[in-house]
Amino acid sequence: MSFSIKKQGEICVVDVEGQLIVGNRQELKQKVLDELEKGEKKFLIDFSQTGYIDSSGLGVLVSLSKKIREQGGELRLANLNDDLKTLFELTKLDTLFQIADTRERALESF
Amino acid sequence: MTPAGESGERTHDDHIRVAFERLIPSDVREIEPIVEQVTRECRVLALSARQCALNVPVALTEALSNAILRGNRGMREKHVRVRAVVSDSALVLEVADEGTGFDLDACTIDPTSPGNLEREDGRGLFLMRSLMDRVERYADDAHNVVRLTLNRS
Repeated sequence: MSFSIKKQGEICVVDVEGQLIVGNRQELKQKVLDELEKGEKKFLIDFSQTGYIDSSGLGVLVSLSKKIREQGGELRLANLNDDLKTLFELTKLDTLFQIADTRERALESF
Repeated sequence: MTPAGESGERTHDDHIRVAFERLIPSDVREIEPIVEQVTRECRVLALSARQCALNVPVALTEALSNAILRGNRGMREKHVRVRAVVSDSALVLEVADEGTGFDLDACTIDPTSPGNLEREDGRGLFLMRSLMDRVERYADDAHNVVRLTLNRS
């Protein structure tokens, strides 16, 4: 996995490229927490280049959601393909996150 | 390896199209390459696109992660054995670690219940059960084996 964090206005946009799984999810978590600590409040994670996510990847997203919320921030997810949508529906995490079909819609929703 | 037939699912004209076996050290960095190899074989052998993109990679990643981190406690000198058999009717994956095993039936957390939704853990076994048609556990030669069966769709 690799990911990039870029600012788009006030929003930190994180692109996750590859899989989000047990071997690499800690890196994503730390990078987002570093930005949170710097005072960033709005985060969008874009999964358009993500293959699959395992339970620990989902766990990191839940953890980040809580921490961002605790700091008065917001998190959006975007561009889940059909397989990833199924994963979120199976685990009912589609009820926990605000998920947009496209990056543009996610950005507009803040 | 115990063939799928011993669990009563395999028919007499079901034939094995590929068998794959690897031994890996207990390092989570070994997971992605192995999952990729198995998934590639599944694609070549015409498992459905959904099964190759979701069911197989996620369930196998969960099983490997459990074997490495829980079964073998992350001790790199211990190994995990991965076997995959694709037949006309099903894919059978077996992941064996050197641990003492666990009671599958005792793992009853429902991560989708409202009180558990914000838990960071507890979804691994749930995902295996949701994405595979059968999840079983048995002991074999001082190994703990988790067997995942996915019928062709």
